[in-house]
Amino acid sequence: MADYNLSELMVVAAAREIHDGDVVFVGMRLPLIAYVVAKNTHAPNAIGVFENGVLRRTPASKLIMTMSDGPNITGALACMTMLECMALLQQGRVSLGFLGAAEVDKHGNLNSTEVESGSGAERKYIRLPGSGGACDIATLAHRFVALMAHEKERLPEHVHYITSPGNGPWREHPRLKQGGPAAVITTKAVLRFDDSGEAYLDSTHPGVAVDDVLANTGWALRTLKKTRETKSPNARELKVIRDYDPNHFWTK
Amino acid sequence: MSKASDKKAEKVTTLADAIARFVPDGASVAMGLCLESMIPFAAGHEIIRQGKRDLTLVGPISDILFDQMIGAGVARKVVAAWVGNVMMGSAYNFRRAMEDKIPHPVEVINHSNFTIALALHAGALGVPFLPTYTSIGSDILARNPDLTEFTAPFTDEKMVAVRALTPDVTIIQAQRADVYGNAHIWGNLGSGPDAVRAAKHVIVVTEEIVGPKVISSDPNRTVVPGFLVSAVCEVPHGAHPSPIQGYYNRDDNYYAEYHKGTKTRADFESWLARWVTGVKDRAAFLETLGAERVAGLAVKKPAYAAKTDFGH
Repeated sequence: MADYNLSELMVVAAAREIHDGDVVFVGMRLPLIAYVVAKNTHAPNAIGVFENGVLRRTPASKLIMTMSDGPNITGALACMTMLECMALLQQGRVSLGFLGAAEVDKHGNLNSTEVESGSGAERKYIRLPGSGGACDIATLAHRFVALMAHEKERLPEHVHYITSPGNGPWREHPRLKQGGPAAVITTKAVLRFDDSGEAYLDSTHPGVAVDDVLANTGWALRTLKKTRETKSPNARELKVIRDYDPNHFWTK
Repeated sequence: MSKASDKKAEKVTTLADAIARFVPDGASVAMGLCLESMIPFAAGHEIIRQGKRDLTLVGPISDILFDQMIGAGVARKVVAAWVGNVMMGSAYNFRRAMEDKIPHPVEVINHSNFTIALALHAGALGVPFLPTYTSIGSDILARNPDLTEFTAPFTDEKMVAVRALTPDVTIIQAQRADVYGNAHIWGNLGSGPDAVRAAKHVIVVTEEIVGPKVISSDPNRTVVPGFLVSAVCEVPHGAHPSPIQGYYNRDDNYYAEYHKGTKTRADFESWLARWVTGVKDRAAFLETLGAERVAGLAVKKPAYAAKTDFGH
């Protein structure tokens, strides 16, 4: 029995995507904690950008439910407009952004707008909240990382709606070439993308079999000759997570 | 200025009066522009109480305010990047309207945060559109009629034109304002400044009304110039359950309770009767909330900015 939970493993996998000095569109939930872990371990010089207009070089002093909560404003580097944050993104000054989604496909396209589930008379349209800044981050950041539950329905060959563009012909646009998905961190595995823009299985989380991942993916997911295991959180990383989210609100 | 012209320039009124005068049926109303903080919930509730119809709601992410207004049947159209409950995920009234046309169908124009920010900026600049690279490759671009691809002059590259948004009225929440509508806002600004400039009318809902000298002592903090403002309403705790920096914190439990308490249409109707239609105004809402709960949201540790010298 591991001494950490799945959320903590995902947080640490996300944290490792942050390089020191990165300018990061942080987002909320697990990526928020990932930013805290990275800042306190290997990436002390990362800058956090929040699309509400906030720039931070230190994480908020206590756990926040939204990026506009009081502690995220107190001690910020700058409080600006959303347009000023988005301008940084469009200029190519943002290294990395984190996204969640209901669906991700073979080419790293994300859907957080609408899905249809079931078939025939059982067919049901489900409306999701929408893009927020996800579309912008996916289009314009140098790299983006998605975090999501690994279920066959959520990993179709093609998403129902491209809220946030992954790899596709649009990446030939000179201003979009730099961007695209770097990784999809699921509840079972980490997927990455090859030169053709297609996803492959990079690592499985401890205790998860490759066949389990393949059976729960909606297309024939490519694998490496030898699949690696996702690195477990170390004691220091776990301490940062638990100090920040002691009641496991986000890291359930 | 003479005393008489001073009086004429004063815009202070009740929230009920401001909504009655500046939010007619069918109007487009921009709200919740700062994102998750400073959302004008009191104003939204007054719109519901006055039974407004066929509104177009405009805002990037208005947390649960838009969900409440959709559920109450005041909205016919929503122009937004995200509609839900930020802390909890989806919100049920938005889903019921979109999936089952309850209480009636609502048209949604899907934006991203950047495209809606640009649309309001275009409105603020007084130009018909602004160019961007965002959304290329997405279905947002493919399906939103207010976004279209074009070839840029000078560079001949493919870009996206974002059509300007000019709301009939922007309702902006401020920390403090004077009687003329000059308002200080601090913290994250979202698209607030642009929405104010893009709108035909502006309603300022403020935590407190202060003297004009307080405003002009710190002009960089004046986000809303009073001459653009139609009405100023002093409504303490007008943004609850969203936070206002330096005034009160976010009532997280309220969002969780809303999520649990609005799963079915009948549940939402009870919620609405308790918190909106069953109370006369924000003061009565706060009584329902209870003094202890309100006190619990107070700022625990002030953090004042350094003194700033505007002398010469």
